[in-house]
Amino acid sequence: MQVALDARTPDGPIEQKWDRCRSEMKLVNPANRRKHTVLIVGSGLAGAAAAATLGEQGYHVQCFSFHDTPRRAHSIAAQGGINAAKNYRNDGDSVHRLFYDTVKGGDFRSREANSYRLAQVSVNIIDQCVAQGVPFARDYGGLLETRSFGGVQVERTFYARGQTGQQLLLGAYQALERQIAAGSVTMHPRTEMLDLVVLDGKARGIVTRDLRTGAIQSHLGDVVVLATGGYSNVFYLSTNAKASNCTAIWRAHRRGALFGNPCFTQIHPTCIPQAGEYQSKLTLMSESLRNDGRIWVPKQKGDTRKPNDIPDSDRDYYLERRYPSFGNLVPRDVASRNAKEVCDEGRGVGPGGHGVYLDFRSAIERLGVDNVRDKYGNLFEIYERITGDDAYQVPMRIYPAPHYTMGGLWVDYHLMSTIPGLFVGGEANFSDQGANRLGASALMQGLSDGYWVLPATVPDYLAKAELPQVDTSHRAFREAEEEIRQRTNALLHVNGKRTVDSFHRELGRLMWDNCGMARSEESLSRALAKIPELRDEFWKNVRVLGAEEELNQSLEKAGRVADFLELGELMCIDARHRRESCGGHFRIESHTPEGEAKRDDANFCYVAAWEYTGPGQAPTLHKEPLTFEHVHLAQRSYQ
Amino acid sequence: MTLTLRIWRQNNSRAAGGFVSYQVDGVTPDMSFLEMLDVLNEQLIERGEEPVAFEHDCREGICGSCGFLINGVPHGPRRHTTVCQLHMRFFKDGDALTLEPWRAAAFPVVRDLVVDRSAFDRIIQAGGYITAPTGSAPDANAILVGKEAADTAFDAAACIGCGACVAACPNAAAMLFTSAKVTHLNVLPQGQPERDDRTLNMVAAMRREAFGSCSNHGECEAVCPKGIPLEFIAQLNRDVVRAAFHGHREPLVVHGAPRHPAHEGAEVAGT
Repeated sequence: MQVALDARTPDGPIEQKWDRCRSEMKLVNPANRRKHTVLIVGSGLAGAAAAATLGEQGYHVQCFSFHDTPRRAHSIAAQGGINAAKNYRNDGDSVHRLFYDTVKGGDFRSREANSYRLAQVSVNIIDQCVAQGVPFARDYGGLLETRSFGGVQVERTFYARGQTGQQLLLGAYQALERQIAAGSVTMHPRTEMLDLVVLDGKARGIVTRDLRTGAIQSHLGDVVVLATGGYSNVFYLSTNAKASNCTAIWRAHRRGALFGNPCFTQIHPTCIPQAGEYQSKLTLMSESLRNDGRIWVPKQKGDTRKPNDIPDSDRDYYLERRYPSFGNLVPRDVASRNAKEVCDEGRGVGPGGHGVYLDFRSAIERLGVDNVRDKYGNLFEIYERITGDDAYQVPMRIYPAPHYTMGGLWVDYHLMSTIPGLFVGGEANFSDQGANRLGASALMQGLSDGYWVLPATVPDYLAKAELPQVDTSHRAFREAEEEIRQRTNALLHVNGKRTVDSFHRELGRLMWDNCGMARSEESLSRALAKIPELRDEFWKNVRVLGAEEELNQSLEKAGRVADFLELGELMCIDARHRRESCGGHFRIESHTPEGEAKRDDANFCYVAAWEYTGPGQAPTLHKEPLTFEHVHLAQRSYQ
Repeated sequence: MTLTLRIWRQNNSRAAGGFVSYQVDGVTPDMSFLEMLDVLNEQLIERGEEPVAFEHDCREGICGSCGFLINGVPHGPRRHTTVCQLHMRFFKDGDALTLEPWRAAAFPVVRDLVVDRSAFDRIIQAGGYITAPTGSAPDANAILVGKEAADTAFDAAACIGCGACVAACPNAAAMLFTSAKVTHLNVLPQGQPERDDRTLNMVAAMRREAFGSCSNHGECEAVCPKGIPLEFIAQLNRDVVRAAFHGHREPLVVHGAPRHPAHEGAEVAGT
């Protein structure tokens, strides 16, 4: 299949592209809006915001979530904050500077026009959220507080204690519930999308499973929006919520939507390390801790002394040593990779040697324990709750963990995938974040897509699309339903010996070891040899108990893991083909003489968009070349 | 450690349920309570028995999905801790624990430890929002919010909607939940135009569900994983009276009778 990747980026100066795009888009008459059905899958920041806004505009919206209520979506767990180029601090911030930081932070693998729009729209997001009653931090004069986050030089991050994601999600959730009460949005909780239906080349519906009753249902719409989040759970252990999965985007990919940059994953440096084999997820500790904590490991391999018994002369503060000017505040990918290296050298600490110390002793000496408690008290409490250790007395142990996926379904400037009528928002799309995301920019993108971009671009599509009258008795719906029934049936009747989780853990370990913080031709080839074997074994030896027509959590997990077993392979294929290091993607073969990541702009300055060609078949690569007119291509350096 | 668990098993909302006892071996102090249940479920699957259904997602104490009673206490023995954040180091070898779902007529059991909390969404639909359609907002700093109001709003907005307050209440009342949302929005300047209607409509919605009435036991505050204080209930009561004074309508007239009177039926939690 020849796929033309037309990004539909508007002409003109970058500052005017979005305005021009909006003024040129077609509109739908208010009286006609309710005749259009918009299907939105996912009710996190992007999904809930889009559903509420399109509902307010008068469209007939159907919103789907596998949670019991939209308020549980994983956006809720974001801690740090949300960036916006408000320049309330008068510290030199601007739309252009946020745009610049985003493109540079993304290591020049994002589309300039998208990143610019994100920075532009960031300003409106804060206004909208405040009007909804989101309780952002305030100063005594009643004005909004901001702080600096993730190593940038301006204070542009708005926050609500350590619960910014929760408060923003509640704002969107409340707006959504208001539309549900008004009858413009119909909510389908505990309903999981299992397939996309494409008719005459256009996305026209989805097929879902009711998680309470097992009922397989078809839903017809004029347009489908996926806002189903990221896929870090391919690693099994990640900071993502347990149910976060790739099924919706993977099913759409199998139906023809290209997958952009699947290997771009972000590994967060400050998470609480794994304590044992039973570990079910990893908990993030805000990276603000690196402002005052000092990271070290013992100089000698196999030093089993307690941390407080190791004198400074036997400690290696390796980030301060290697990066004298940035020290412990190097970007996330650099901090993560260095932690892995010292652990690989055998100098890691804690169970299994997978950890490094984050030590507050000098901060406590310098600032006093009360000041440290004021700044980080809640984080120390979380740490103690999980590990039982008092970090005022002994250093914390931290280790990197998968946190966010920059890759996702390929979308054009309108956020439409390669299937007309299928839009993708938030973390689920390949995003404006390039190869690496800045701190406090995930919430920004979810809400930008949900409140502003999709409510402008979806109507333009509806105004122009010619959609034949059909209903869910159409053959394409019937066939999709039948495929799902067969797949469910197959999962329930393998009746093998291994649990779903045991397969998921094994896949996760393969991905982490071979397609994690550092990747090589060799490691990726190894994973590519093993994943298909594991997938085969899964379909021959998985044990899923229970019935189809009831709440069956093992069955839900089995379907999701089956899709992860396919996506993992694509990630490795993408990582192997990209023989350069960029952002969160570090290829061992591609480094500078100092050992830092080395991009290869001559050969890889493009978005890799992969086309599904059939089960077990090699996917086809399509390239969207990236050009940088406003931010000049430069190698990052943190020495 | 080895633990004995007595767990409520129930196939669906119509089926009869009952306790089944299980022994879990190999429990270590660093496991979370839900990881201990994961271990049990893996052992059950290997034995060919259906795993225990329980709700969970973020496992960081913020999404509000998880929650059940451990020996009669919602979220178990640790204060300000959801069950996903409760670790096994607070239990000892040989402990016998009884796990049961939230017991409230307004929260029917879906399966095992999973209940239906959609009544909370319907309370929010009745007025738990500020009407601010996308695009209509003034500049964010055009609305000044005093620090005290901002902090109170935040304290109230910290509610995660888990339902422990209802499960702990002898009357299965939803007052702490409702008062938290009312307080969050009613103390903010943005929330003033709809304040009276919001208060009355949310209280009416609460009464249409099968929740009981508040009789100031304070069990809700004691188990709330986010430390939502009882004073928000007092704040709600003041706002109900305030709305009545403003003459909008009789505060205690509720349109639509409760669908299932909360004080009847076997599933209401005992004191």
